[in-house]
Amino acid sequence: MRFKEDIQSGKFVVTAEVGPPKGTDLSEMIHRLEGLKGKVTALNVTDNQSAVMRVCTLAVAKIITDMGIEPIYQMTCRDRNRVGLQSDLLGASALGIKNVLAMTGDHPVLGDHKNAKPVFDIESVQLLEIINGLNAGHDMAGLELKGKTEFFAGAVVAPEANPFEPQFAKFEKKIKAGAKFFQTQAVFDMAKFMKFMERAKEYNVPIMAGILLLKSAGMARYLNQFVAGVSVPQELIDELASADKPLQKGIEIAGRQIAELKEVCAGVHVMAIGVEDKVPEILAAAGL
Amino acid sequence: MIVAETKSLEEIRTMLNSYDRVLIVGCGTCVAVCHTGGERAVNLLGTTLRLARKVEGRDIEIGEQTVIRQCDFEYLDQVQNVDKYQVILSLACGVGIQGMARKFPNIPVLPGVNTTFMGFNEEYGYYTEMCKGCGECILDVTGGICPIARCAKSLLNGPCGGTNNGKCEIDLTRDCGWILIYDKMNNMGQRDKFMKINGPKNHRKANNLRYMDLRNWI
Repeated sequence: MRFKEDIQSGKFVVTAEVGPPKGTDLSEMIHRLEGLKGKVTALNVTDNQSAVMRVCTLAVAKIITDMGIEPIYQMTCRDRNRVGLQSDLLGASALGIKNVLAMTGDHPVLGDHKNAKPVFDIESVQLLEIINGLNAGHDMAGLELKGKTEFFAGAVVAPEANPFEPQFAKFEKKIKAGAKFFQTQAVFDMAKFMKFMERAKEYNVPIMAGILLLKSAGMARYLNQFVAGVSVPQELIDELASADKPLQKGIEIAGRQIAELKEVCAGVHVMAIGVEDKVPEILAAAGL
Repeated sequence: MIVAETKSLEEIRTMLNSYDRVLIVGCGTCVAVCHTGGERAVNLLGTTLRLARKVEGRDIEIGEQTVIRQCDFEYLDQVQNVDKYQVILSLACGVGIQGMARKFPNIPVLPGVNTTFMGFNEEYGYYTEMCKGCGECILDVTGGICPIARCAKSLLNGPCGGTNNGKCEIDLTRDCGWILIYDKMNNMGQRDKFMKINGPKNHRKANNLRYMDLRNWI
């Protein structure tokens, strides 16, 4: 477990993420992750990402722990009430998981079970406070725990969100609520990101820039149209469109972005959706 | 006011399939405003059902009445000749439909509408949801804009990452409630108030059976 130590000591940190598959056969996912050991400091395990039902985060976090990869347990408030969330957190702690990323979660309407009842009993800011409480040895009802947790809790922020001021206010609230690190939504607009970093500086909390691997021009256009807070510039779309091997081009672009961001933030968080095995190539392209 | 929408004709016809003497009772207050439950809606539905049955070659006898409110026994007393019918189709909100079912325990009362929300009359024919009746009003700390009703996730501390040019991630035609709240509070010089963390909601206030007892001082 060195994610917390590394990021707190100011070492440049690289994380990646994996989305658990839909089904019980995890062999392909495990195969994709095998080369990541030693290449990334920690690996996020997403929580029914985009509100699409998949294998539970906790199981995959445990599986990758056993593979020798440190997990960052993503937890959304979409599917569980405060009893379920705290119960899962205690379970995660019992399994030796230390890093938690608290997020609100995408609405079920965006996923594959659109008629589900959204829970949102509590939300990201409150979840961070709850995690602090568990670390202090009590649940949110104030009841004492037999054995407390030792979570290192982080949160997310979207530096390119529009409008930005309310997002920044929430970023501040998350720090107040106990977020010890941040991973950002995919960053493409360097000017906007620098402006965000300039303002975020005074809070003295490590921020990891989100790097999203663009696999094709079509994917980039899709992101622009359907994913909030992500905006891929036209010149990158053109670059991908004219490339013989778009995926290779995407790896090159991601490497370039990391090299540029390396100077300004505490680390990078690489999202290589479905091709996690390419992460080492991206890092090599960045000169890491 | 309470907003409701008329059920589809197909659904209503299926519910009424085994009956041939139907009393449609409208409600003259909230759902009349949104054209779902008033006298005109009752007449229109009555005419449509008669026509539909005619096409089928089956007879139907339809009575049409509208009272001021179906959520009040005082007005339910005005519903007449119920014995002539096999079934009541109520065009009131869910409260009125249940009032009708209590008032007439021996005859089936069917819902002709789906009750949808408590809304504000923005302009003629356009209503927006404003309140979820959660039992724990926090409009004092949210600039008079309710995030329980107007944020798709009912968040309490600001917008989610899904806000998109000030619109909601689940419906791009709908304003993000939290952007509205932030702008309003910021403009009023209340950003400090916005920055206070709101704790988790007490859902017992929303989910428990509730009543209001004013009998001692009326």
